[in-house]
Amino acid sequence: MSARLPTDEQRIEPAYPKDRTTIGGPRLGLVGWVRWTWRQLTSMRTALFLLLLLALAAIPGSIFPQRGVDAARVRSYAEDNPDLAPWLDRLGMFDVYASPWFASIYLLLMVSLVGCIIPRTRQHVEAIRAQPPRTPRRLERLPVHRHTRLDATPQDTLAAARATLAGRRFRLRPEEDGALVVAAEKGYLKESGNILFHVAILGVIVSVGAGHLLGWRGEIIVKEGETFTSGAGSFDTLRLGPLVDERDIPVFSLRLDDLDVQFESEAQGAQFGQPRVFRGIATIQRGDGPALGDEFAVNQPLQVDSTSIYLLGNGYAPVVTVRDGAGEIVFQDAVTFLPQDNTYSSSGAVKVTGTEPNLGFVGGFFPTFAADPVLGMTSSFPDLVDPALVLTAFEGDLFPEGRPQSVFSIETEGLEQLMQDEDPDTPFSVALRPGQSVELPGGRGSIEMESVIRWGGLLVRHDPGRLPALVFSGLALAGLVLMLGVRRRRVFVRVDPGYSVPPAGAGGTPAGGDGAPGEARHTGITVAGLAKGTDPGMDELVEEILAQVAVAVGDPHATGADTTEKDRL
Amino acid sequence: MTDPTLALASDYAVWTAIVVLALALLAFCVHLAVTGSARERRADRLVRERERVGAAVGGADPADRAGADDVLGDHGRAHPTREADARTGTPSRRWGVVGLQLTWLATFAVLGGTVLRALSVSRAPLGNMYEFALGTVSFALVIYSVWALRKDRLWLGAFVVGPALVILGAAKLSWYTEASQLMPALDNIWLVIHVTIAVLATALFVIGAALAVAYLLRDRAERRGEVSGWLSALPRATALERMTYGMHIVAFPLWTFTVIAGAIWAEQAWGRYWGWDPKETWSFVIWVVYAAYLHARATTGWSTRQATWVALVGFVCLILNYTAVNLLMTGLHSYSGVST
Ligand code: HEM
Repeated sequence: MSARLPTDEQRIEPAYPKDRTTIGGPRLGLVGWVRWTWRQLTSMRTALFLLLLLALAAIPGSIFPQRGVDAARVRSYAEDNPDLAPWLDRLGMFDVYASPWFASIYLLLMVSLVGCIIPRTRQHVEAIRAQPPRTPRRLERLPVHRHTRLDATPQDTLAAARATLAGRRFRLRPEEDGALVVAAEKGYLKESGNILFHVAILGVIVSVGAGHLLGWRGEIIVKEGETFTSGAGSFDTLRLGPLVDERDIPVFSLRLDDLDVQFESEAQGAQFGQPRVFRGIATIQRGDGPALGDEFAVNQPLQVDSTSIYLLGNGYAPVVTVRDGAGEIVFQDAVTFLPQDNTYSSSGAVKVTGTEPNLGFVGGFFPTFAADPVLGMTSSFPDLVDPALVLTAFEGDLFPEGRPQSVFSIETEGLEQLMQDEDPDTPFSVALRPGQSVELPGGRGSIEMESVIRWGGLLVRHDPGRLPALVFSGLALAGLVLMLGVRRRRVFVRVDPGYSVPPAGAGGTPAGGDGAPGEARHTGITVAGLAKGTDPGMDELVEEILAQVAVAVGDPHATGADTTEKDRL
Repeated sequence: MTDPTLALASDYAVWTAIVVLALALLAFCVHLAVTGSARERRADRLVRERERVGAAVGGADPADRAGADDVLGDHGRAHPTREADARTGTPSRRWGVVGLQLTWLATFAVLGGTVLRALSVSRAPLGNMYEFALGTVSFALVIYSVWALRKDRLWLGAFVVGPALVILGAAKLSWYTEASQLMPALDNIWLVIHVTIAVLATALFVIGAALAVAYLLRDRAERRGEVSGWLSALPRATALERMTYGMHIVAFPLWTFTVIAGAIWAEQAWGRYWGWDPKETWSFVIWVVYAAYLHARATTGWSTRQATWVALVGFVCLILNYTAVNLLMTGLHSYSGVST
């Protein structure tokens, strides 16, 4: 580093200015402007501004429903607020974390981060290679300094000071001929930690981005006893990252052997009916490999290569049999019903295409049936205490023009509702308990609920950014602890030979304890400390060093002489 | 399963803690008032003495008053009068000591309440908002009590006991949740780690915010040159600022760890480590704002005072995350345990 001004020596700061906005002349060419912009962007003040902006920008995403989190809620929000929603949508309020303005904030922050890390790293490497700076001429100017007199030779005192500092793992500036000074520094790890932290933050952002680009997720409902074979076409929903090919999805089959779900039945209040146990047993087969049984649960995903399978949701599937007028079975299957609330009141549809015209049943499934005067038919408990399937029936073409539709509902437009035989103005409806069968009106046959099984909602996910993100987060934490925990300190010692005892009464120091009367202490020693940033322990450190030196030269009572102030925190 | 007797005992312990904390708060407030006026008188006397001695210094201007404060303001090991105070227990200190002893009592009561709650449900008491509040107050009181054993922190008592009382009161009155088991998603070792550290970090942030408020008040008075009343019972602004920063640099890495542990848990429970759920979003916002505080402190052009305001903004976010986000926003993290 170049010639230092005295004031320069009094600060441990990188020569790299934290606020570089003032650099640059008034008349700038194109290059000048580019450089000026770069400096603006990489100044710490801008970084701070961007950080605060990022925090602010993240908030709307917690206030408005997000498409990426719950698209259905966005739709219902738009229905409830028809005037406001289009405007919010235009501003990206339903896709905050994928919106251009959110991205521009963190991209600018990343650029700023890079622009900050590079010069700092270069500088830190230089600092590690360099020696601690020279001892300043006037140690009294440093924020913390202590002075005393020792009954020892200057050479011994100097050697003791060097030994003390070396013992405290300070890096010492090499001795210079004849100079009775020591310059020492430690805590380089603070800056290493700082750089590690900022680099690791960058690493986390890049990992998350990579996971998004190269990852995929698929969702599928599997009924107990059913087997699911993975593949691009076999998921209920499949979201592929922009750089993923459908053929990258591994092929395996999974049979859901058993699903164990239990609910709170003892506690009252809000806890009543909360889920308590939720786990399943699955058998997985990869290619021609052996079939392996395995248990999985919430918090305990299954692993197939680098793909994880999570058990996330569950519900009921009543096993329904429909017979035609001749008693022939035209439909027999477990039909998945979708839970609508915490008590698992579920809705769904039975679509019978084996008859002409088609028969469609819609309605609700209630694991513990209750007729509430206000809510109507509902479920009072999520477990199967008194299950009932309540349906109304329609007739007609269920899939006009083969349009795709939800498996949980029927588009009743164009269908004809079945009415009761006795009262043609009242719609026909059935309430079935397990094992019950009811005749359909007009001799169309019968419908029976044989039993009820459960289904599990599975999420299959591949995210290559997951592990790198974890590693970088760990590194960021380590860097943070170093940056905030390690103290960067410089300590300077000046030994003063031939120190003459000041005449009695002179000087402003009130302390009178400088040695026994008649004994001239002839070596003066000043220890001064300089810390980077806030360092309440500096006074203590300087005092300890002074005491240690005094003990080392065999004059343990000398310290404290000029100490007027201590323990400031 | 749940044991109603233990749960009831826990409730009694918490009520006891609330009552004792209220008394402690009272004692600490009296302590501040009495110490403040005593110190003010002493500072005035010192200034008058200096004038009498006729030192060539500029008389009784505010800077000099602050100078007098300097000597008295810290824990005054250097100052014989203060030390005598400590030994003989002048009225000013006595009130503070009473406050501290009551705080210790309340700490045991809250800890007892938390432990009994845990025993009653045979699990870590970290399953709902009521239990988070108990945990936060336990940690905050333990940290303060231990700190006060080692250093003179009587002046800080009111700043810590006050928020603790508010949190406990709110927990008892509006977030109370009956003791019961966990839902399966919460039954995970990472939950225990994540929430324990979150609660610990929150407790440190509470004390950090208390110090920040003390600093800002004292700093304003010092800049105006009118350190009077109970404010003169506080340490100097620079010392308060250092303590504020010290508290935050412990809390911030813990919060960083909280966010990471939460992401690990979310990965296992929901199949993604980050999904911008409201709770996750707010944890992130809190993290960024506190990072901005640390940054602001090191940025030229930002005073420590301005930086401290950023820390307080972070604390407001923390409170919002605890209250509004838990109770109003729907997300996957809906286990406040409070029925709406
Ligand atoms: C993702 C964005 C960032 C985060 C979360 C972040 C966070 C932090 C934190 C927590 C500190 C600790 C402050 C302390 O020592 O008390 C710090 C220090 C620092 N950061 Fe950043 N930072 C970010 C971006 C940046 C950028 C873009 C720059 C460059 C302009 C930068 C430059 C610095 C510097 C120079 C320090 C050291 C301050 C000192 O000397 O004590 N940071 N950062």
